[in-house]
Amino acid sequence: MLNQESNSQAGGHAAIVMRAKGLVKRYGQVTALDGADFELRAGEILAVIGDNGAGKSSLIKCLSGATVPDEGTIELDGQAVHFKTPIDARRMGIETVYQDLAVAPAMTIAENLFLGRELRRPGFAGQVLRMLDKKKMLAQSIERMNELKVGIRSMTQAVETLSGGQRQCVAVARAAAFAEHVVILDEPTAALGVKEGNMVLALIRRIRDKGLPVILISHNMPHVFDIADRIHVARLGQRTAVLNPRKISMSDTVAVMTGAMAPEDIPAECLAH
Amino acid sequence: MKLPPLGQLGPFIALLLACAFFASQSDRFLTGGNLSLILQQVAVVGVIAIGQTLIVLTAGIDLSCGMVMAFGSIVMSKFAVELGMPAPLAILCGIAATAAFGLANGLLVTRLKLPPFIVTLGMLNIAFAATQLYSNAQTVVDVPPLMTWLGNTFALGGTRVAFGTVLMLLLYAGVWFWLRETAAGRHVYAVGNNPEATRLTGIPTERVLLGVYVLAGVFYGIAALLSVARTGVGDPNAGQTENLDAITAVVLGGTSLFGGRGMILGTLVGAVVVGVLRNGLTLMGVASVYQVLITGILVILAVAIDQLSRKGAR
Repeated sequence: MLNQESNSQAGGHAAIVMRAKGLVKRYGQVTALDGADFELRAGEILAVIGDNGAGKSSLIKCLSGATVPDEGTIELDGQAVHFKTPIDARRMGIETVYQDLAVAPAMTIAENLFLGRELRRPGFAGQVLRMLDKKKMLAQSIERMNELKVGIRSMTQAVETLSGGQRQCVAVARAAAFAEHVVILDEPTAALGVKEGNMVLALIRRIRDKGLPVILISHNMPHVFDIADRIHVARLGQRTAVLNPRKISMSDTVAVMTGAMAPEDIPAECLAH
Repeated sequence: MKLPPLGQLGPFIALLLACAFFASQSDRFLTGGNLSLILQQVAVVGVIAIGQTLIVLTAGIDLSCGMVMAFGSIVMSKFAVELGMPAPLAILCGIAATAAFGLANGLLVTRLKLPPFIVTLGMLNIAFAATQLYSNAQTVVDVPPLMTWLGNTFALGGTRVAFGTVLMLLLYAGVWFWLRETAAGRHVYAVGNNPEATRLTGIPTERVLLGVYVLAGVFYGIAALLSVARTGVGDPNAGQTENLDAITAVVLGGTSLFGGRGMILGTLVGAVVVGVLRNGLTLMGVASVYQVLITGILVILAVAIDQLSRKGAR
């Protein structure tokens, strides 16, 4: 038990990959983020939970470049970053999978993996005729999906022929295959059955084991407790606590999330650092 | 080996059935001369339908295509005849005019986020009025020979084939290649398939859309030249049947009106089906009003098949 803990990457010794301080985001009269802090450590799965309106999606949007915070700073590997669009974040190696918005259904898996970063043929065919290197993209798709053990046979089938879980695996694997720093997953297991959900969770673990830190936004407490190394609890536009899922119970976690348990009442050993 | 879905084979089956039927009804139908004539008659609609296909692939629609084409034919013929502009320059001006209409459509769709149906419905009327006003509702005659060159024919194994037909086929081949083999072409499909997911992968979806509308305008301009070449005049009343025939060709060709699915070569087949129906029914002596009736029924049938096959796919 002790041994397992010191091995755990949630131990608080791993370097901080991404840090946000004092994020504020207002939408008219509504303050969605009210000085939120955030820390992601190397090689961990950090779950972000919170009630509706707690500011978790605003937080994630700031981290993924989908919105620009009114105040506050974001650092990546100790360097300040200012994302204006999701593309800026992507260029810095942060890949995000948005709920339900991940794939183009009528296009093939290989095409989806390389959408927006297609490879062109070398020489005249690529430079002048701008021809795609379909063979190379297919080969790399197979390689990358095998690496992540996504058990899909043909990369040339349309995504719409896949089950919901497989589709989500394609979206998650695409993010993992191209992310250099961080993978952000927004409710990746929502609307999936038990078996399909587990398939996606297993894939997320493999991504972590490859060394990529994962930010996981989820409402599904069993899933969060199943795979998270640390749990970031968002409440009233701030980070109310960071919990250690190996020490705290699920019901206490929900109590912290809803405000039934004040942050100062959380036993010290239940906090993660 | 899986057979392609019915939606993709449909246009070919329809074409074969129509040809078999008319061949049994008229001895003249299957002659080389008649088939070449069909392709020549199809060229204008066929080239308009290329632009229409690109727009439909992005889940849009262009109701103004035929009217914009008519405006282009008036601009190029009047610039050459009345302003005395050299023919190549006048042709380019005509194409620029149709591209400008495409740009206007595209800007309204991408910047103001107006639905393509409404934007192009408005543009249909604007282009029609502009054509009538600019031409004074008069046909422009005595166009320079270069403008009618595409209407000339050459011998191919005893059959006269029009240069315009060849141009149409080359344009289809080019667009087929572009849609299939280049990233820009695949992005047209992606935008029609899931615009939000496409945007989030970093593809500038609005630029793709705008480009498609402008490109469609360019195809309408080329179709305008083909129209002038075929009739030998700048006709302010051109484009009225082509307007809906082009949409019919796209739909018959199996391109989904919901965007993101379809093949450009299907559109070519769809355009030929429309041409074959018109031609075959004329040979049989059927009044033109029945031709319109049959085309109408076919369009609804094609959309119904598209809808049903999509439901089946889910």
